[in-house]
This record gives sequence, C-alpha cells and structure tokens, in this order.
Amino acid sequence: MALLGGLALAGALLWRNTRQNLAARQIRSGFGFLGQTAGFDIGEGLVPYAPTDTYLLAFAAGVANTLRVAVVGIVLATVLGTLVGLGRLSRNALVRWLCTGYVEVLRNVPLIIQLFAWYLVATEILPEAASPIELAPHVYLSKGGLQFPHPVWARGWAWALAAVPPGLAAAWALVRWARARRGRTGHGPRLGWAAVLLAFAFPLAGWLAGGAPRAFELPEVTRFNVSGGVSLTPEFLALLVGLVTFTAAFIAEIVRSGVLAVPHGQAEAAAALGLAPRQAMRLVILPQALRVIVPPLTSQFLNLTKNSSLAVAIGYPDVVSIANTAINQNGQALECIVVIMSVYLTINLVTALGMGWYNRRVALVEG
Amino acid sequence: MDPKASLPEPGAAREPPPAPAGPLSWIRRSLFSSVPSALATLLLAAALFRALPAAVGWLFTGAVWAPDYEACRRLEYRAACWGFVAEKHRLVLFGRYPWAEQWRPLVATLLVVAALAASAHPRCWRRWLLPAWAGVLAAFFLLVRGGALGLSYVEPGLWGGLPLTVLLTLVGVSASIPLGVVLALGRRSRLPVARGAAALYIEMARGVPLITVLFVASFLFPLLLPQGLRLDVLARVAIGITLFQAAYMAEVVRGGLQGLPKGQTEAAASLGLGWWQTQRRVVLPQALVLVIPSFVNSLLSTFMDTSLVTVVSMYDLTGALRLALGDPQWRNFFIEGYLFVGAVYFVCCLAMSRYSHWLERRLGRWARRPEASAA
Repeated sequence: MALLGGLALAGALLWRNTRQNLAARQIRSGFGFLGQTAGFDIGEGLVPYAPTDTYLLAFAAGVANTLRVAVVGIVLATVLGTLVGLGRLSRNALVRWLCTGYVEVLRNVPLIIQLFAWYLVATEILPEAASPIELAPHVYLSKGGLQFPHPVWARGWAWALAAVPPGLAAAWALVRWARARRGRTGHGPRLGWAAVLLAFAFPLAGWLAGGAPRAFELPEVTRFNVSGGVSLTPEFLALLVGLVTFTAAFIAEIVRSGVLAVPHGQAEAAAALGLAPRQAMRLVILPQALRVIVPPLTSQFLNLTKNSSLAVAIGYPDVVSIANTAINQNGQALECIVVIMSVYLTINLVTALGMGWYNRRVALVEG
Repeated sequence: MDPKASLPEPGAAREPPPAPAGPLSWIRRSLFSSVPSALATLLLAAALFRALPAAVGWLFTGAVWAPDYEACRRLEYRAACWGFVAEKHRLVLFGRYPWAEQWRPLVATLLVVAALAASAHPRCWRRWLLPAWAGVLAAFFLLVRGGALGLSYVEPGLWGGLPLTVLLTLVGVSASIPLGVVLALGRRSRLPVARGAAALYIEMARGVPLITVLFVASFLFPLLLPQGLRLDVLARVAIGITLFQAAYMAEVVRGGLQGLPKGQTEAAASLGLGWWQTQRRVVLPQALVLVIPSFVNSLLSTFMDTSLVTVVSMYDLTGALRLALGDPQWRNFFIEGYLFVGAVYFVCCLAMSRYSHWLERRLGRWARRPEASAA
C-alpha cells in the first residue's frame, strides 16, 4: 500500500513539474501536432511523403524506413552470421582463424564507430557518381549509392507475383503428402527438391502466361551521376552494412554455441546409423541446435532493430531521426519520445508473441 | 608335459599407433583434410598473400609517423598517415579539457585502471574493496573537477575523451547495480504492485534503444525537474545511462537469484530470519557472487554503449575523435583516426571479455563443487 502511494506521489510530482515547465516555456502539449504540416523533407523512403504532409505521415515514413533496414538487415545478418559461426567450427584451421578474428574484432568495437567508419567509406572513399564502380553489369556503386536494374512493371510480373502463394501452397502440400506416405509405408520418394522446383515453377508459369516481359529499367551513367533503376542511398548502405556485419558477429557466436550444445553422442549415433555428415547435420544436429539457437537469435534480431536507431548519427531518416527533427522544430519532446518508444515496444511485443508461438512448436515434447 | 610349454610366450605389448603429430600431419589434418577444404585453404592463402603485404605496407612500412601534414599529403593515401594521431592524440584522448591540465584526467584514468587491475583477482574480493572503490571514484572526481587542493576548477562541459568514457562507464555500472538489485528483488516480490512496477520498468527499458533514453535525458529531464533546479548535461546523461543499465542489471541479478537453490531460503526461514534478513544475509551475498562474470560483461557493454553519448553532443572518446576530424586540414585522414580509436576500444573490450571468461571458469569450478559432491 505504502509502495503504491509512493509511486503515485512520485508520478503526480513529475506530472506537476512537467506542466509547470511546459507552461513556462510556452510549449504546447498533446498529440494534436500530428495532424499539422511537418514542413521538413525526408531523404528517402517507401512511403510517398512531401514536406507539405503531416507529422503523422512523416512518422509513418520513419517507421517504414526503420522496418526496411531492419528486415533486410536481419535476413543478411542471419546468413552471414550462420556462415561465420559454422566457419568457426570448420576443420580447416585457416577458415577457423579468419572467422574467429572476424567475430572478435567486430564484437569489441562499438557499433557507432563502425557506422561512422562505413559512412565515411561510402561518402569519401568510393568514386564520384560520374565514374562509378561497375560491380556487375548495370550494377553501379559510387558516392551516389548503389544503383541496380529493376524490371519494368508489366502484366507478367503481376501474374508471377500472384502465383507465389499457390506455388508455396502446392510445395507445402507435396511435402506433407510425401511425409505422410513415408510415415505410413516406411519408405517413399524424397521430394524436397521437387517441392522447391514446384514453388518456383508457379511464378515462372505466371510470368510466361503474362507474356514473359523482359524489359528492365537500367541505371545509366550520365556525366554527373547514375540515373534510373533502383537507387540505394549511401546512408542506407552504410547503416545496412554496419548493422549486418556487427550483428553477424553475435549471431555467429549463437550458432556456434548452439551446435556445440548438441551432445557429441548425437553426431556419433547418426554416424553409426550410416548417415553422411551432411545428412547428420541436417536431420540430427540442426533440429536440436535450433532449439538452443532461436531464443537468443530473436533477441539479436530485436537488437538489430533497436540499433538501427543509430541511423540518427549518420543521417538515415529512421523513426528516431524523424522524431529528433520534429523535437527540434516544435519542442514537443514528450510526445515525440512517446511515439518512438511505442513504436519500439510494439515491435518487441509482436516479436515476443511470434517467438512464443515458435517456441511452443519446437519445444521438447516429453513424456 | 609342462603346461607352460604349450602356451605361447606373451609377446611384448605393442605400442599404440603413433598419434598424428608434427607440423606436416597437422597441415594435412587441418588444412587439406578434403578436397573442398584444400580448395578453401588455397583460395584463402592466395588472398592473404596478396592482401597481407599490402596491408602491412599501408599500415606500417610506408606510413608517415611524424605529425607532418606536408609529408602526409604527399602520400596521397597510398599509406597510413599516423601523423594525424601524433598531432591530435591529446585532443582525441582528452577532448576539450584545458591543455595544461590534461595530466589530471590522465592520472585519474590511470588510477581507475590500476584499481580495476587490483580488484580483478578474486583474492582481493574483501570487505575493504567497496570503500576503496568509493575512494577511487572520489579521487577521480577531485582530480578531474578540481576546485580544491590548489587544483583549478574545470567545468563538466569541458570534460571529454577517454576519461569521460571511463567516468560514464563507472558511474553507470556502479549506480545501476544497487538499482538493479532492488528491481530484481521487486520482480520476485510477493507484492503484486512491486512485481508489476518492476516488471513494467524492466521490460520497457529493455524494449527501447539506448538512444531514446539519451533523448529522454537531454530533452525530458529538464521538463520533469522542479523549476529552478537544473542539472548539467553530463549528470543527466549519467542518470539516463544508469536508469537504462539498471534494467539489464536487474535481469543479471535475477539470473543469480534463480540460480540459488531453494533450500537456502528455506533454511533461512527455519532459522527464523525475516524477509529482509534472508535477502541481505543469505540470498544476495551468494547470488551476487554467482553473477560476477555477468557484471564484467555489463561493464563491457556499458563501456561500448557510452560511445552513443556523442549523439547528444558530448565529447567522449568517439565524440572527441569527431572533434579532431573537424579540422579541415586533417579530416581526410579519418581512417587512421577511426583505426586508432577502434583499437583503444578493442584492447579494452578484449581484455574485459577475456577476463570475464577466465572468471567464469574459475568461479564455475568453485560454484559447481558442492553440487558435484551432493550428486
């Protein structure tokens, strides 16, 4: 009871102070400002936004930018981290040393320093936009960012996209059928590759049926820059590369300890049953390792998302940068911080719910 | 017939097959064990043979070491210009602290490093360690702040560089441990209000990035304080880091509390100890020792996290480097600058993480023993 009273009293005091201070500084309060014109520009994003739009839309653009870098970053960091983590377990000493060096260096230097360094590399060391590096045909890297071709929107692409869900459903059905038959009869065809082919065949058929459009919008090197195609800004690239390489070091450690957590007897038993090393990895070790790997892996995903807020330091317009600009414009710090925090807490909550669902699926069923 | 004659004479025991030893066998085993492995070795070795001499040449043999701008410019980036570091190292390491007085933060930082080294060994974990650390912190403040004992006063706005990083780390960790203990006990309390409040605080602080907490510290704290009361930005940021770190500390301490066998609290209860006495005399002393390696990890992550204060315009080690790179003459030598500061962080963090590993093994041995004898 006393505790409750104390908490309430402290809250009331803070509230009173804030009201007085806001009044003294003539700062308005409330979320009414979200409907007003923001007035500042946002460099890039998926949400169509102009300076004449409202603060609400500006925040939406910021959230979209946060999610964009987070989702792409999570996928790439998982791939890189898994490779490095398995590399640390390799029998090849050279591979092992290189991966260990990677993990130790990347983990022990603060992320913000790495981000500043990547940003300077992207904006100072890369060649001018007029003379970019051609990484692959029609893929250009320069101070102007990364440009690559994208297909010109046509009916065939729409059909291909529409055929993705049925393709996945067909593949899933095939795998289910094969597994059920193997369970029933003890042997049956291995259809893994067939399922993958099926999942790709549907969109391919859609693309063909839609007239097989082959037109691509290619980036062109002009006298001053590279125009056309998909363009990724140097800010986005620096943030993405920094987040991916940093997080991959942590994911590598998680993957390594997860694989090591599977008792050695499991691998030996698999070998005794006549499974090849690759089969043993896929069928015996990995399913057990995943149980150990997934929970800390999710927290690394959340860390990556939270770390993407360092975008503010290199000028990528994520939700924190937008809020920072908004605070500097109208002084409504309380409301803007509430917006940022609720965005991150929502992301956390959604991830936690998804994790709970996954954990229940892979948890050991005993008894 | 002599029964012995029919039995064959037992031969001398054969030696076990020779264990694969020697450099040749090691090379065969760990570099060329299979075709893919051999391919990887060859590819990587080729890449290393190309990259290593270039890297050594860029970093060392071709580099300019003197703070000579003209010589650096003539290099045209073909080699490192450590002249930048030679010229600016005091600005990077001490920020805007008055030039003539920079021995003070240097001595203060060395004092902290010495204290850390002295308290690293479990043999030194005695009761006098806490007052000793309080003395070290007080001496640190006295040296850096001045205004007494004939030292001139230096305002906190001028503190910077490595001493600021060390200060924020120390204050953040030492203040967040008691707060974390309170939160952890609150989370396991029987009172629903305490449990709810602690859980809410911990989950919220852990759910948001540190940068928002720094925003709260720099934008919101001035609004929350009563009018007339003002805190400088250093104090606000230190409080922000402490509040943020406390939530992580709470989880660390909770891990320790959960690692303690239930028999301990039951034994305390049967001895007639109350809740507070149980926690203070029985539970916490054991739980806290159990999680000392995690405390070292928290120290490490706080040390790295303090680099974020550069976003709210403070000149810690990272911020001071950016200050030094603001010089238009030298700004093109940012790679050298970042390598230097990165190396400082790397050495400190690697030392801490190695120490934490060592401690974990050592304490693990100590903590496992009673369990093993019970089994």
